[in-house]
Amino acid sequence: MKQKLVVIGNGMAPGRALEKLFEIAPDAYDVTIFNAEPRVNYDRIMLSPVLSGEKTFEDIVIHGDGWYVERGITLYKGHKIVEIDRAAKTVRSEPGEVASYDKLIIATGSMPFVLPVPGHDLAGVLTYRDLDDVHAMLLAARTGGRAVVIGGGLLGLEAAAGLKEQGMDVTVLHLMPTLMERQLDVAAGHLLQKAVEARGIRVITKANTKQLIGSDIRLGPSRVISVELEDGTQIPADLVVMAIGIRPSVALAKEAGIACKRGILVDADMRTSDPDIFALGECVEVDGQVFGLVAPLYEMAGVAASHLAGDAEPRFVPSATATKLKVTGINLFSAGDFADAKDRQEIVLRDAARGIYKRLVLKDDRLIGVVMYGETTDGAWFFDLLRKSTDIAPMRDTLIFGPSFAAGGPADPTAAVAALPDEAEICGCNGVCKGKITGAIDAFSLTSLDDVRARTKASASCGSCTGLVEQILKLKLGDRYNPTAVQPMCGCTHLGHDDVRRLIVAQELKSIPALMQALEWKTSCGCARCRPALNYYLLSTWPGEYQDDGQSRFINERVHANIQKDGTYSVVPRMWGGMTSAKELRAIADIVDKFAIPSVKVTGGQRIDLLGVRKEDLPAVWSDLNDAGMVSGAAYAKGLRTVKTCVGTDWCRFGTQDSTGLGIRIERFMWGSWTPAKVKMGVSGCPRNCAEATCKDVGVICVESGYDIHFAGAAGLDVKQTELLGHVDTEDEVIEVIAALVQLYREQGRYLERIYKWAKRVGIDSIRQHVLDDLERRRALHDRFVFSQKFAQIDPWAERAQGKDAHEFRPLADLTRAEAAE
Amino acid sequence: MTLMEKAWIDIGALDDIPRLGARVVKTPLGCLAVFRAENDEIFALDDRCPHKNGPLSQGIVHGRTVTCPLHNWVISLESGKAQGSDEGQVRTFGIRVDSGRILIDADALFARPD
Ligand SMILES: Cc1cc2nc3c(=O)[nH]c(=O)nc-3n(C[C@H](O)[C@H](O)[C@H](O)COP(=O)(O)OP(=O)(O)OC[C@H]3O[C@@H](n4cnc5c(N)ncnc54)[C@H](O)[C@@H]3O)c2cc1C
Ligand code: SF4
Ligand code: SF4
Ligand code: FES
Repeated sequence: MKQKLVVIGNGMAPGRALEKLFEIAPDAYDVTIFNAEPRVNYDRIMLSPVLSGEKTFEDIVIHGDGWYVERGITLYKGHKIVEIDRAAKTVRSEPGEVASYDKLIIATGSMPFVLPVPGHDLAGVLTYRDLDDVHAMLLAARTGGRAVVIGGGLLGLEAAAGLKEQGMDVTVLHLMPTLMERQLDVAAGHLLQKAVEARGIRVITKANTKQLIGSDIRLGPSRVISVELEDGTQIPADLVVMAIGIRPSVALAKEAGIACKRGILVDADMRTSDPDIFALGECVEVDGQVFGLVAPLYEMAGVAASHLAGDAEPRFVPSATATKLKVTGINLFSAGDFADAKDRQEIVLRDAARGIYKRLVLKDDRLIGVVMYGETTDGAWFFDLLRKSTDIAPMRDTLIFGPSFAAGGPADPTAAVAALPDEAEICGCNGVCKGKITGAIDAFSLTSLDDVRARTKASASCGSCTGLVEQILKLKLGDRYNPTAVQPMCGCTHLGHDDVRRLIVAQELKSIPALMQALEWKTSCGCARCRPALNYYLLSTWPGEYQDDGQSRFINERVHANIQKDGTYSVVPRMWGGMTSAKELRAIADIVDKFAIPSVKVTGGQRIDLLGVRKEDLPAVWSDLNDAGMVSGAAYAKGLRTVKTCVGTDWCRFGTQDSTGLGIRIERFMWGSWTPAKVKMGVSGCPRNCAEATCKDVGVICVESGYDIHFAGAAGLDVKQTELLGHVDTEDEVIEVIAALVQLYREQGRYLERIYKWAKRVGIDSIRQHVLDDLERRRALHDRFVFSQKFAQIDPWAERAQGKDAHEFRPLADLTRAEAAE
Repeated sequence: MTLMEKAWIDIGALDDIPRLGARVVKTPLGCLAVFRAENDEIFALDDRCPHKNGPLSQGIVHGRTVTCPLHNWVISLESGKAQGSDEGQVRTFGIRVDSGRILIDADALFARPD
């Protein structure tokens, strides 16, 4: 029996712990996670780039929904745990879910500290902790206006830079005389302030907030309008963000009677005062210390995972951490202790013209603190000397010039990295040292940044060590490292999907063997990854000319049915727009009886699935379906699947257009087309959207004035709302635009890339330009689609019912009778 | 019967199987998958993937391997072994082509363990 592991909180710390746990003991636990935030585990560190617009939320997801599915983990999103019953060993969530545990992990993180001044609870006052905060800030920024950020530390400055980037007028209030005083000395703090001000952000230091003032309630619900300081200064504000520190979230643990001080008390094995309950992340306290950066949290995660897997050895020992500010264009690095004291010496380097400041703090010939501003490439080297307490006496004179000088070498950009010892930490977030990276490059023949990220996680979190990782790649591979190298299609070629597509056209390649010869494929006949892709590319590039290669198709497309886990097949006839009739239903009923088909099921795409058909029976089943007027529903195809509709003006009292008729028209026009990945559509008769058109690959919402065309939705492993492509007035235009859209996707999409991923890669605007705005291009795309349909709209079932590919459906020989004869 | 005069059963013509394809042979002890590689080499394996019994005859054939249609394990047609990091093996059978006819080793076929 598997043990039950319950996790409270789904932040970066438990995410890492589960990763480790599944690596070392994949079958030990049934895992259930409760997360107050209604989402998967994402890289909290990267919220600032989302705020500034440099990244999207999808870019910073660490574990997509699929990750949990693959590991059989149950994740309750938006379920805050409100009670731990240690006697019964259960937890209860706010919506009322109760789960029992053998082992429990508390990882509730921390809460932003809110200044308890009058007005702190006014509308328009935010903290900065999660995606909801970012969304609230982005919403506020949409209307421009003035933002005041209280707190000039790491978080406050990142928030300020992001809000400025979003077009707000920003002021930072900081209580201390210099910015980031916990990580920077006074000199660096001033340089930082100048750089922040140079971006147009106002900085007021020694600013003590007295109260937040709200708007007159007689004018509606009160919102913040200004911040008043102790000295009476008033700063107008439409948005106030407090970033003045965090407090570990301990209330839940405390109520359950678990020992807590500032944080939840844990020993070096990450166990709380209850041996079946672990705690990790920002909510814990170890030896009087609490934590606010991920590197130590990831170490805790490793320790907790080992103990859960039964290894009682590993212990968590807090080590020095380094800080970087993630504001594009500001380079800043600090680590260790840099307060002045009698027994310490310092080495300082300033280069005013280039805006560089570096300060090393030494004690007994050991480095104990580093502050760097403006130029931070040597940060990792210094940090390594600091962590290892290296005796620097022999290189003291040139220490500040960094490793390239220390080694006496020329100014080679990779010298700094070359000089690092193997144990030097490169990626602080994930605790990856240089040796691990070089080792992985050798062992797995890695050649790209993505490879290294996938294997070692180096630079996969905050990304600030990307440059170093690239230099290591350069160092190891020399000229073979080409940072813009594309991802090859598969091991059979060095070419990427886009290159292959371009060369197919340029060199007029019209068969798989010709292509493999011309493009110097490394294998004799490809593999199961490239062959289906090539078959699709050739088919979509040369309609009417290319001879489809059945042996290069996945079984479902080869036999036009869906293989099931026991080797039988499922059969789904088309029901245009989800409409059917007594005649069709009667025919289906007869077929089910005649072939003793075990299951009949209604699908999510408004049609009927016959499951468990024997392969030998397929042609006969199809023949009977054909006789009743039904054709293949292509439920197996990387092609048009369904067009889901609602009843629109036919029946519905809200309907604005004939949504059913339009859906049927689209489906009749587009069926049979092959696309890079499956395409599902929907048409709703009004914005109530009963056909759920806004999570489809292509969706139409009918409105009084015409039709809104949507696309790039998803409702599978990923769930995503569609983007609005645009509005058209007539059904004919709907058809033309959708055909153009699908054709562009057919021409640009990479095999197995769904529309939403393609759209993300090439950009919504470029697509809109091609298929909506530029009428000439739109027409040309539409015409190419229509041409290719000439060869595609042949019912594959009818062909096979009449004998095509008969060998597919019959055994080569039947020896069961042979033996009976013996 | 001595080793020298092995019994071979004719199960069909080489051309009954498409290149880079496979056909099924039914036997009293379950189905066999007979594969034809690009260079007309022929292989016979139990039609049951070592992972979860997927029908290997329905997979994509490439080189001397087949990719299982259910979860993409890659199985060697020569040894029956799963490739890469997956572990498992499926039984293989003696098979040869003589004057365009496919002949399978009858002894091995009917001496199957399961
Ligand atoms: C904007 C920003 C920038 C940052 N930049 C950096 C950086 O550059 N470098 C760095 O090292 N660190 C940085 N950090 C800090 C880093 O993100 C945190 O240290 C880390 O994410 C903490 O991880 P955690 O798992 O302990 O907690 P969290 O990630 O806070 O996760 C806790 C989760 O538990 C949930 N939860 C709380 N209570 C309950 C409950 N009762 N029931 C169910 N769920 C609950 C919360 O909703 C939350 O989702 C940054 C943080 C922020 C906010
Ligand atoms: S989407 Fe609108 S028109 Fe269609 S069924 Fe729903 S309410 Fe009626
Ligand atoms: S039918 Fe779809 S959702 Fe259901 S088990 Fe299979 S893959 Fe998963
Ligand atoms: S059954 Fe063959 S890969 Fe799973």
